[in-house]
Amino acid sequence: MSLKGAAYIAGAWEHPTRKAPDKSIALLHAECAKGALADAGLTKDDVDGYFCAGDAPGGLGPLSMVDYMNLKCRHVDSTDVGGSSYQVAVGHAMEAIAAGRCNVALITLSGRPRSEGQATGTAPRPGNPAAPEMQFEFPYGPATANLYGMCAARHMHEYGTTSEQLAWIKVAASHHAQYNEHAMLRDVVTVEDVVNSPMVSTPLHRLDCCVISDGGGALILTKPEIAKSLKRPLVKVIGVGESPKHQAGGEIDLTFTAARWSGPPAWAMAGIKPSDIKYASIYDSFTITVLMQLEDLGFCKKGEGGKFVSDGNLISGVGKLPFNTDGGGLCSNHPANRGGITKIIEAVRQLRGEAHPKVQVPNCDLAIAHGTGGALGTRHCGSTVILERE
Amino acid sequence: MAYVARKIPFVGTPETNPETKPFFDGASAGKLMLTRCKDTGKFFWYPRGISPFTLGPVEWAEASGKGKIYTFSVMERANPPYAIGYVTLAEGPSVLTNFVDCDFKALKIGQDVTVKFIKTEGEGPTLPFFTPA
Repeated sequence: MSLKGAAYIAGAWEHPTRKAPDKSIALLHAECAKGALADAGLTKDDVDGYFCAGDAPGGLGPLSMVDYMNLKCRHVDSTDVGGSSYQVAVGHAMEAIAAGRCNVALITLSGRPRSEGQATGTAPRPGNPAAPEMQFEFPYGPATANLYGMCAARHMHEYGTTSEQLAWIKVAASHHAQYNEHAMLRDVVTVEDVVNSPMVSTPLHRLDCCVISDGGGALILTKPEIAKSLKRPLVKVIGVGESPKHQAGGEIDLTFTAARWSGPPAWAMAGIKPSDIKYASIYDSFTITVLMQLEDLGFCKKGEGGKFVSDGNLISGVGKLPFNTDGGGLCSNHPANRGGITKIIEAVRQLRGEAHPKVQVPNCDLAIAHGTGGALGTRHCGSTVILERE
Repeated sequence: MAYVARKIPFVGTPETNPETKPFFDGASAGKLMLTRCKDTGKFFWYPRGISPFTLGPVEWAEASGKGKIYTFSVMERANPPYAIGYVTLAEGPSVLTNFVDCDFKALKIGQDVTVKFIKTEGEGPTLPFFTPA
């Protein structure tokens, strides 16, 4: 049985903070939960399913946060695949709702790497040495920026992609961010600004990277009968897909992402194709992340992403595929170093007609929100969510 | 941009994952030891005690230490900068590494490289790095 339409996104809320030194991570999670419930017109006591990932404090999946928020749940899930965990959670929540395991699912994300002074992209972070790859990777200094830089370098080598083409992705994000009062970077930038910004890890410049921010977000998913009883516009989940990609025993190919595998089941469930999409939220940890995912989701042929993103093609009102109209991770925020949930929230705004008027896509009825968690250069998970306004 | 030696960090000890110890013993003796799947005869990376191709048995063998640069990124933001990349070994698999004793600006994808062993900081083990052939 297809899961298509088994759940609706009834509530979506993004924390306005970008720097929260005086708040705990748990409080940020709870504030996001409160915001999403109020948006949906539901209360805490309606929640019977809770979904979180590795950013939830406590170390035992959902346990600390269900305690902190005093939730009475009959279903929990803390699948952690980094920044794409929240797209995965949408799929898992839809499965749980369809199976009768819960009626109102709450998904939260929060974190404050900015207040904690974390050098997210440039400092290699040691993990548990029992992770089987750790001792064969960590000594070589794998930091987020160089793990993505290696992908960009290989993509350039095989397909002739240029730094100027990558820069167009930041340019488009900045055009959108100028209208977002909460965005960290609101100045419109040019291709020259991006390629002349300091090199972080070749071939990625500072402006090819996302921001480091505090904050968070939350979503409420519910079954069709409940969604239709609420007062919010109906946003139906019509396609989901998830897939990890890794080093395959050393048979690596860094020119594509897991979107190549998470996309097809989502498109098949939705029964639509990329050209039907009116608005795209695409994970944007770096410019190269966007370019490769657009290719892998089928918006253009492999290797033609550079041409596709150029000349403003991703700018709302200008190009064919408006993307990340809140400014995305590249300009607005990247709470907990995980941009998955904000991708879904902006897609919901677009489908409801609640995006900023300057970036709202007219008659936006079909949207995609794709996430990548982990690192493209070693192992990551791609997760795709396709949404329809009913 | 010239290579400047940096302190190489290491987490845990070679005994953390006991079945990979021959790799570290080999490196300290100047040998690049790889695991090979006994079912398929294929080498793989990183070393492990079970084949990622068949979940069957593995055996250790010394590699040539030669390969070609698959990709790289020079971490200019770091102090000192370093060049991380993958080398596709003559034996097949691609391995994550750093490029040492070279001009970073002269590195090229497809370039021939050869192994060089460097000790990690403190009590850490010796590990393989690569340098232009």
